[in-house]
Amino acid sequence: MNGKSPTKMESSLILRAAGHFLLPLLVLFSLFLLLRGHNEPGGGFIAGLVAASAFALYTFSMGLKSARKTLRADPRDLMGAGLTLALLSGVPAMLQGQPFLTALWWPLTLPLLGEVKLSTVLAFDIGVYLVVIGSVLTIVLNLAEAEENAEWKS
Amino acid sequence: MSSSYLVLPVLIPLLAGALSLLFWRSHTAQRWLGVMATGALLWTAVLLLLLTWREGIQVVEIGNWPAPFGIVLVSDLLGAIMVVLTGITGFATALYSLTSIPKQHEKYGYYPLLHLLLAGVCGAFLTGDIFNLYVWFEVMLVASFALIILGGERAQMEGAIKYVTLNLFSSALFLSAIGLLYGLVGSLNMADVADKLSQLSGEERGLVSVISLLFLVAFGIKAAAFPLFFWLPASYHTPQVAVSAIFAGLLTKVGVYVLFRFYTLIFIDDTDLTHTILLWMGILTMLVGVLGAAAQFEFRRILSFHIVSQIGYMILGLAIFTPLALVGGVFYIMHHIIVKANLFLVSGLVYRLRGSYQLKDLGGLYRSHPWLALLFLIPALSLAGLPPLSGFFAKFVIIRAGIEAEQWLAVAVALLVGFLTLYSMIKIWNEVFWKAVPEGASCTPRIYHPQSEKLGMYYLPIIGLATMTVLIGIAAQPIYELAEAAAAQLLDPRLYIDAVLGERP
Repeated sequence: MNGKSPTKMESSLILRAAGHFLLPLLVLFSLFLLLRGHNEPGGGFIAGLVAASAFALYTFSMGLKSARKTLRADPRDLMGAGLTLALLSGVPAMLQGQPFLTALWWPLTLPLLGEVKLSTVLAFDIGVYLVVIGSVLTIVLNLAEAEENAEWKS
Repeated sequence: MSSSYLVLPVLIPLLAGALSLLFWRSHTAQRWLGVMATGALLWTAVLLLLLTWREGIQVVEIGNWPAPFGIVLVSDLLGAIMVVLTGITGFATALYSLTSIPKQHEKYGYYPLLHLLLAGVCGAFLTGDIFNLYVWFEVMLVASFALIILGGERAQMEGAIKYVTLNLFSSALFLSAIGLLYGLVGSLNMADVADKLSQLSGEERGLVSVISLLFLVAFGIKAAAFPLFFWLPASYHTPQVAVSAIFAGLLTKVGVYVLFRFYTLIFIDDTDLTHTILLWMGILTMLVGVLGAAAQFEFRRILSFHIVSQIGYMILGLAIFTPLALVGGVFYIMHHIIVKANLFLVSGLVYRLRGSYQLKDLGGLYRSHPWLALLFLIPALSLAGLPPLSGFFAKFVIIRAGIEAEQWLAVAVALLVGFLTLYSMIKIWNEVFWKAVPEGASCTPRIYHPQSEKLGMYYLPIIGLATMTVLIGIAAQPIYELAEAAAAQLLDPRLYIDAVLGERP
């Protein structure tokens, strides 16, 4: 490995420029969808897909190595952490003697934002978000890796 | 806190799977997490069974959404028994996996998939909602698709294609039947559906029969019943033995369990049609399975065909549909899961010692490993139905029920299949254990963990399961009473409906 990324797609200037700007925008949009999913269409699953597609786009435009670097965490860790979080979000209700996954709410009043509703539902949604990002990116990054290895050999 | 016993059998494997993903770098952590989690699963399952035994059917409304609208988890005796059996098989497999799973498989996520599979199986046994049942089926299937091709050998791919295709076809049928049922009664809560179907008017009954037959085909495929059983012997002998064992013990039995649930709770009006079809399915499944096994000369393929044949007995128990026959069916499931998983584990140990599954390459194991021979003989003779082992009582009850119901053909076939099963088991005994080592046979032990290799972890689960087989035979009376109570609950759908929806005036 001499640091040279062998993808052919790198040559497209438009894709590279777009990938650079779209990643933060799409990740922000996914967070918006995640939080909005509380009362309106959205939620952890669709938000996770948007975030994962943002990273997939970044992988195609910037190459696998820099995508892994930007993501920081290994996708498998995201999957594990997300699944753990989603499952544990059901447990507080059980400790209170209510059925598993019963929603619990803790309304908070913050100085600038007004009332914020923290809940186990939010924790569940964030868990789903992480699982979706993790599983989609595990597949995408592994496929990209296989592709790169194939190109190296040929 | 009683409600948590219902959730834990699903929650523990899911959480263990998530933690295995988090610890995916450390195989040692994953291995011991597997043992601990399946041990905890077994423990909570036993507690759940005791609770259900003492206090009747247990229900939890997940997320506190009331019954016909939200998803409920229900544990009646049959469900709780199945969860205990899942715990036993899971624990035995986790112990067996410690030394029998190659590093490469562990690296590609063997343990997370194993836990996901167990969660899917437990979920299917406990859910009281038909669509939720579909979801658990899919969880189970996705995990099993991945487990069956782990390792990526040619034979595995070939088997997996048949396995995946037929199971997807069955899922599609299942889903269309769910759609039709929902269109008809507007509910998918099993208790609610059962309640509403019993109040339908005459002209809608025809549609109910169509839906019940769609479900019958879908679950028949999952249970590997005649005529769509061939995916099973084509695929079960290809993955690692620990995987084969858990598939053999549990997956088809999920199909059988669902048949028991649906055709004692929901579709009970047109028994002339459905249970006659079930009867023929049972008879042909027994016969075809055992004849298929007679033609095989590979250790695990013989065992795979016998799974099919044994499924026939269980379906027969359901089809005769008398109290005694249902007792026999439930007893048979309990006996079969333990025996069949154990036989696969023995075949894996033989492979570990001799490096082959082909009967012609094997031999002389009685001379070199007499105890292993004994440990094979216990489940093998139990499978064939020799007293005083567990299989004798299972077959005895079903055949007696058949005689009482005057189903002479079914009784004759069941007896004949018992003899042919004995023939198959003696064939394995002669070839693998009794005859001398054939000349020119390659004898290369398969060792996956050379540094820490001990045979103890192979023997431990085999001895445990064999002990259970003997105990079920010796202490048949308490087990029979348990099966009797479970069958009594199955025969009175009102109990289940009232437990879920509450007493109605």
